[in-house]
Amino acid sequence: MTPFLVSDKWYDIRDLGNLSREILEAADRILPFGVVYVLAALIGFVASFLLFVLPSQLIVGVYGERRIIGRMQSRLGPNRVGPFGLLQPIADAIKLIQKEALTPTRADRAVMYIAPIIFVMPAVLLWAVIPFGENMVIADIPVSLMYFLAVSSLPVIATFMAGWSANNKYSLFGAMRIVSMAISYESPLVLALLGAVVMTGTISLSGMVAWADEFNIWMVFVQPLALVIYFICVSAELNRTPVDIAEAESEIVAGYLTEYSGMKWGLFYGMDIGYALAASGFAATVFLGGWTFFGLEQWVPGWLIFIAKTHLFYFLFIWTRGTLPRLRADQLMAFAWKFLLPLGVFNLLIVSTERMLWSEQDYAKGLIYVFALVNIILSVALVYAWARFNGYRPERTPTRPRLVKQAGGYIPVGERS
Amino acid sequence: MEGFGPSLAFWVLAALTLVAAGGVMVSRNLLHAVLFLILTFIGVAGFFVLLSADFIAMAQVIIYVGAIAVLVLFAVLLTPRSGRDNGETRWALPGILLAVCLAAIFLFVVHDTAWNTVDEAPAGLDARSLGTALLTTWVVPFEIASVLLTAALVGAIMLTRSPEEEAEDALV
Repeated sequence: MTPFLVSDKWYDIRDLGNLSREILEAADRILPFGVVYVLAALIGFVASFLLFVLPSQLIVGVYGERRIIGRMQSRLGPNRVGPFGLLQPIADAIKLIQKEALTPTRADRAVMYIAPIIFVMPAVLLWAVIPFGENMVIADIPVSLMYFLAVSSLPVIATFMAGWSANNKYSLFGAMRIVSMAISYESPLVLALLGAVVMTGTISLSGMVAWADEFNIWMVFVQPLALVIYFICVSAELNRTPVDIAEAESEIVAGYLTEYSGMKWGLFYGMDIGYALAASGFAATVFLGGWTFFGLEQWVPGWLIFIAKTHLFYFLFIWTRGTLPRLRADQLMAFAWKFLLPLGVFNLLIVSTERMLWSEQDYAKGLIYVFALVNIILSVALVYAWARFNGYRPERTPTRPRLVKQAGGYIPVGERS
Repeated sequence: MEGFGPSLAFWVLAALTLVAAGGVMVSRNLLHAVLFLILTFIGVAGFFVLLSADFIAMAQVIIYVGAIAVLVLFAVLLTPRSGRDNGETRWALPGILLAVCLAAIFLFVVHDTAWNTVDEAPAGLDARSLGTALLTTWVVPFEIASVLLTAALVGAIMLTRSPEEEAEDALV
């Protein structure tokens, strides 16, 4: 890091920690002992709400997602409440809070009651290890990547509890599906991240950002395949729409959310967006270089760059949600085990080989760009070859609509014709 | 362990872990028992954090909570008679005997061990040294464990494949 980056003056908004430290130190001199900790929590809450939760969760998450999907589906989206419909999420929240949260008579009341609470907690905990700026990370622990994986495995339990406790067969179907999907998609996800870990040689998220800053390259260029695998796996684990078989409306009513109503349902809905944002922030940190932008972070606040990257990645979630049709449950399972897992193993093999070659060259800076070029070509070739090997024959883009019969019928992945 | 914070964390975690472990035993519903078991795993992970073994704590949560507990849930859901009340059993007396024997062994070990506390975390708990140790000193147990897992995997597939399915596959 250059010495120019981030001074410790309070007016340097490139590191918001300076400002809060000045306030807290001044407050500590006049306030009795211990009150400053409460004040720190309050400042943190207000600041994170104004800077991140409000713009991300409500404006981009709820409002932006509905507007963009409306645009993609040739309709308007919310445009009635407030200017441009911006107050729609708040109106929704008020409506949800005043709705009665029903509990079925035969349901397991205690488990059904605590399931939304357990679902919310990890979504907040996840942000503890994400670096927003050079010094702007709450807990800079050396195993932050593993911490993220560990905490993000908890909501699966909560959704299972939600689905099982409702004592409804559709809820139970949703719970079964989410459990099987979490198991299937966890392994390719971890394999994809393992590639990034092998390349950077660290499991600290700050270390990964420092690596991207040092070598002036983002992990997405070195391992595009890992990012694709990560994106698909995380969509499946988070129940985003192209792969949301756990709450597929056309098959099992609303899956594990069937019996939930009111703000209990609202917590699940809101935190789905929260998890998608956390996954986007994680991807922005690991694959897109976090708060660095090839030197731009010396003039623009790093946390703004990070938030912009997070929203850019979140747009991918919205995009796939608005354009792709939902997959069948068995297709999704086959895709994880027959396609993503072997590709993840191939990716890990390539990256490990490169890392070994690289260490023999004493980590020469120029070599990483050669690796990036090789890996981009290899990724495309691997995806194409493995799809062909699995029996997928891409057909030419049809110039006019055709019947299924004319197209030769649908050939599922994994069945050779 | 020193200071008010770590002591408080230890006692809270101890209470949480013990209450959850007790819940595993006394809950009539099998799925409640599994959920209590998950809470126990999280409490144990908290102990690892208290001992400055961050990596092991995270591995504990990922493997036990993220994978094993989810698999147990899955297995319970697929078991036909898992909904039955498991209150009455003929195995109460052997169970109590076994528990007494185990408790005696544990108490003996707890009593017999010299519990030294050090201020600094010992070296060798981070991921790098753990990986080096696994792949050099302990490579034989490591490989044997993976062979065991592979055998379990093959066995599970053999058990779950019905003769009808095999006949269907033979036709394709």
